[in-house]
Amino acid sequence: MAAEQQSRAKQVLGPDDVRRAITRIAHEITERNRGASGVALVGIQTGGVWVAEALAGEIERIDDAGAGVRVGSVDASLYRDDIGLRPVSPGAVSELTFTIDGATVVLVDDVLYTGRTVRAALDAVGDYGRPRLVQLAVLVDRGHRELPIRPDYVGKNLPTSSEEIVTVTSDGVVIS
Amino acid sequence: MTRSLLSISELGVAGVGRILDLADHMAEVNRRPNPKVPALRGKTVCNLFFEDSTRTRLSFETAAKRLSADTMTFAVSQSSLNKGESLRDTIETIGAMGVDAFVIRHGSSGAPWQLGQWTTASVVNAGDGWHAHPTQALLDMYTVRVALNRREGFDGLRVAIVGDVKHSRVARSTSAAFRLLGADVTLVAPRTLLPPVHDEHSTSDLDDVLDDVDVVYLLRLQRERMSEALVPTLREYTNRFGLTPARAARLGKHVLVMHPGPMNRGVEIAVDPAELPGNVITQQVTNGISVRMAVLFDLLGSGSESSLAGGADG
Repeated sequence: MAAEQQSRAKQVLGPDDVRRAITRIAHEITERNRGASGVALVGIQTGGVWVAEALAGEIERIDDAGAGVRVGSVDASLYRDDIGLRPVSPGAVSELTFTIDGATVVLVDDVLYTGRTVRAALDAVGDYGRPRLVQLAVLVDRGHRELPIRPDYVGKNLPTSSEEIVTVTSDGVVIS
Repeated sequence: MTRSLLSISELGVAGVGRILDLADHMAEVNRRPNPKVPALRGKTVCNLFFEDSTRTRLSFETAAKRLSADTMTFAVSQSSLNKGESLRDTIETIGAMGVDAFVIRHGSSGAPWQLGQWTTASVVNAGDGWHAHPTQALLDMYTVRVALNRREGFDGLRVAIVGDVKHSRVARSTSAAFRLLGADVTLVAPRTLLPPVHDEHSTSDLDDVLDDVDVVYLLRLQRERMSEALVPTLREYTNRFGLTPARAARLGKHVLVMHPGPMNRGVEIAVDPAELPGNVITQQVTNGISVRMAVLFDLLGSGSESSLAGGADG
């Protein structure tokens, strides 16, 4: 079974592609928001956290005000709409130590799929304060949305079937 | 599938770890300006307290509310139990109103297990007789884990549980949980208040162990459960088993001092705990809410793997 899955695994993006996508999204975020001041990157636990940190690193490199970009994370598991329907598996604990009132919050995740996690994360962020606006950045949009949610920044649109599993790391994107 | 939390041994080491990890999430919620999440909307938790309680009852009620569950609190003294309704009929009546979890404290050991036979709701043991108090043990483990930053377990940690061991469900559950996580537990009590098995894990000489401990866990002298003269006088008890100023001065700065409350000041604790460097008694109360939120969420917020296809990511 494992070997069979191995043989079906398909690398669709390499490490360089992921790095370039992060650089491009970092540029788009600073362009759209006219610089990085007031921007807070909030990674969705657990897969979005490293992406948010990588984006912050890039923004710091390319924007004069980038050194001040704030990075946090939010765990959406207590806001999900499928609580009681599947095993409890919270990721790491939320870390939002700065105030988000009036900030431009960019929610960051690795894969956008049904949109339900993003919906839960929006509710979670709302419990910390009232951002001026919220945007969504994802490395991979694999389609199959079940809610009216669309990303503002996309690394790669990836048509998939719902049976497939998409794995995203800094080493690339694999469909299996 | 209904799940319940009745004792530490039924929970097991994996279950204890799961609850403590979840409690980290709940503690983060409790640090927010608005400490409330929608996780258990639509669930109802009924508190059934047949014995007096301040902190445990309020702690469970707060925990349920912070998870957005509805709560019912059953005051035994104002209930139809006084008209002769049996406990079973009372439980079935409340159950018919739609309850997802019963939190029960009862003076009889085993009462929560009996309750579990009569209801399909989850049952949480909030203290049964002399027997068990698993959520107290869990909040104690969580408090030590946070205070000493020991996420990987308590291997080598030396714990002295001091006082009225015989009558204490807290001593039973907390020592079981400490041992489950790898700590070395010594029970310290007068011979009359020790369990009948005497071995190297129990002693009647507090001063003998005080220099070699990392945690001193003081128990409340439960005068309401004592029907015979097990302790000569309170003053003698304090002299031999109380945390006196002289003993407090001997404790290393790293030693945690714990007490499940309510404290008999001047009896088992004859110093102001606020002056002890390792005092975590207030943290125990605060952590109690996070840990009970974790317990309720673990019982009511989880389902089986198969009931929802896909949708885990995205």
